[in-house]
Amino acid sequence: MQRRPFFALFVTPGAVTALVFTAALVAVLQYSVRAHIPGSLDVGGFTLENFTAMLRPLYGRVFLNTLMLCVLTAAVSLIAGYPLAYALVHANSRAVKSIILVTVVTPLFLGEVVRTYSWIVVLGNNGFINSLLLKLGVIATPLELLFTVTGVTIALVHVTLPVVVIMLAAALSHIDPNYRKAAESLGAGPVRAFFTVTLPLSAPGIIAGFTTAFAWTFSAFATPQLVGGGKVNMISNLVYQLGFANFNFPFAASLSVAALALTFLSLWILRRATRPFEQLGQH
Amino acid sequence: MRSAPIIRLLGRTVVVLLLGFIILPAVVVAIAAFNDRALLAFPPEGFSLRWFVKAFEYRDFQTGFHNGLIVMLSASAIAVVVGTAFAFALDRYRFAGRGVIETLLLAPLVVPHFTVGLGFLILAAQLRLMRSFTVVIVCHVVLVLPFVLRSVYISLRNLDRRLELAAESLGARPARVLFTVTLPLLVPGVVSGWLFAAILSFNEFTASLFVTAQRTQTLPVAMYNYVREYADPTMAAMSLIFIVGTTLLLTLANTFFGLGRVLNVDDAR
Repeated sequence: MQRRPFFALFVTPGAVTALVFTAALVAVLQYSVRAHIPGSLDVGGFTLENFTAMLRPLYGRVFLNTLMLCVLTAAVSLIAGYPLAYALVHANSRAVKSIILVTVVTPLFLGEVVRTYSWIVVLGNNGFINSLLLKLGVIATPLELLFTVTGVTIALVHVTLPVVVIMLAAALSHIDPNYRKAAESLGAGPVRAFFTVTLPLSAPGIIAGFTTAFAWTFSAFATPQLVGGGKVNMISNLVYQLGFANFNFPFAASLSVAALALTFLSLWILRRATRPFEQLGQH
Repeated sequence: MRSAPIIRLLGRTVVVLLLGFIILPAVVVAIAAFNDRALLAFPPEGFSLRWFVKAFEYRDFQTGFHNGLIVMLSASAIAVVVGTAFAFALDRYRFAGRGVIETLLLAPLVVPHFTVGLGFLILAAQLRLMRSFTVVIVCHVVLVLPFVLRSVYISLRNLDRRLELAAESLGARPARVLFTVTLPLLVPGVVSGWLFAAILSFNEFTASLFVTAQRTQTLPVAMYNYVREYADPTMAAMSLIFIVGTTLLLTLANTFFGLGRVLNVDDAR
């Protein structure tokens, strides 16, 4: 009898896809160490100039900005996502559960462009919030919401919130309710039971949610581009601008390589730092 | 336990406010879409459907929709075949390079989309494939594959292997077991994986912006270009169509499949 039926059939398509993806990554890597020829799409010889150029303060600031926005967005998503996930798991009625679930999940499937455009309509100078506040007489001149870190963060949180809620809810739904009941029967109030039992046991969800929100925000392009309007720039915006406005694809490639390295470094640090908490959730 | 009702009330208020935050842009876009004036204004002045007419008649949106369908259908179909096959390999076999291939196939979950897009753009330029659908479809396959792979893999893990053994012991050959026992049992995992892949491909933007040309641009790219050039509410009408369509699709999926089960957030007990 054949020990591994259809082995080649199962493995080959995946292996080929992995190979094609590797080729794309190698293409970026290869371009990142080539010289840019101004006015031409062809690339010159080998050089490390692209990477030394990145050390200029102008680019350093964009890298720092990107990291700051990623951490801020992930943290706000966690804080906002926790009550939603808790309500989703512990709601008593099926209808309420469904409403929360569909409401939370829908933005996930809308795509970056539609969501970003909606936030421009909400945050713009003639937008919803400013019109409302002006009408009510709360403010005399429109608030500067678009083109600010606050505006970009709000729109970014809207993108990452669904996935954070899903990950937190998955963790919360697998916590044995008997632990909490045990704590309460021993005299702990609901607040104490939450902070000493439920919260620590949901640590894997918190870590997974933070990590994913971080990586997703790193990948965001339309939101900082349109809501940030050139005043709040992330690495993605710089890569696009260098490629399609300056046609400096080698430099765009080297920035992508640096971004990739930074993503993996951040994820690795996160994993190292949270390892002690990961075990807390295992039961 | 005097504090319990207060905490509950506070909790409910917070949840309602957060849900309001999530819905707010959709509501505001809906108001803007029916506004008669060409500039955004609140409260809207006059009721009109003309932005919807304009959205449907706009050529770039028509070709974008058409191109998006081509890319979505091809990419999700390819991803389902590749993902299902490889999930089998992962679940059943140990082989050289298993971990490497798995890592590479799941990597698009964390690799920034602009890096993937730039990579395929350079690759396409080198292979003289610019302006062809091939590069767009291949790029989308890579991006949506992790979702199919995961969905099918979870179904395979939960599959009762004794059913396959029973079929085998009754004399069924491997091919027959695969097609009459294993694959039918995997249908829910494959369908939900395909659904995720299709929706994500249709909405994918950042990588598409890099790899599409004028002739192959998908709907999100066409919408992005519109937002950059015009400020009228046509885009609001377009967004509202997207929001209503997606919400309907997800409500249906929730009713028939149980989204909670698919997303693994249902109470285990």
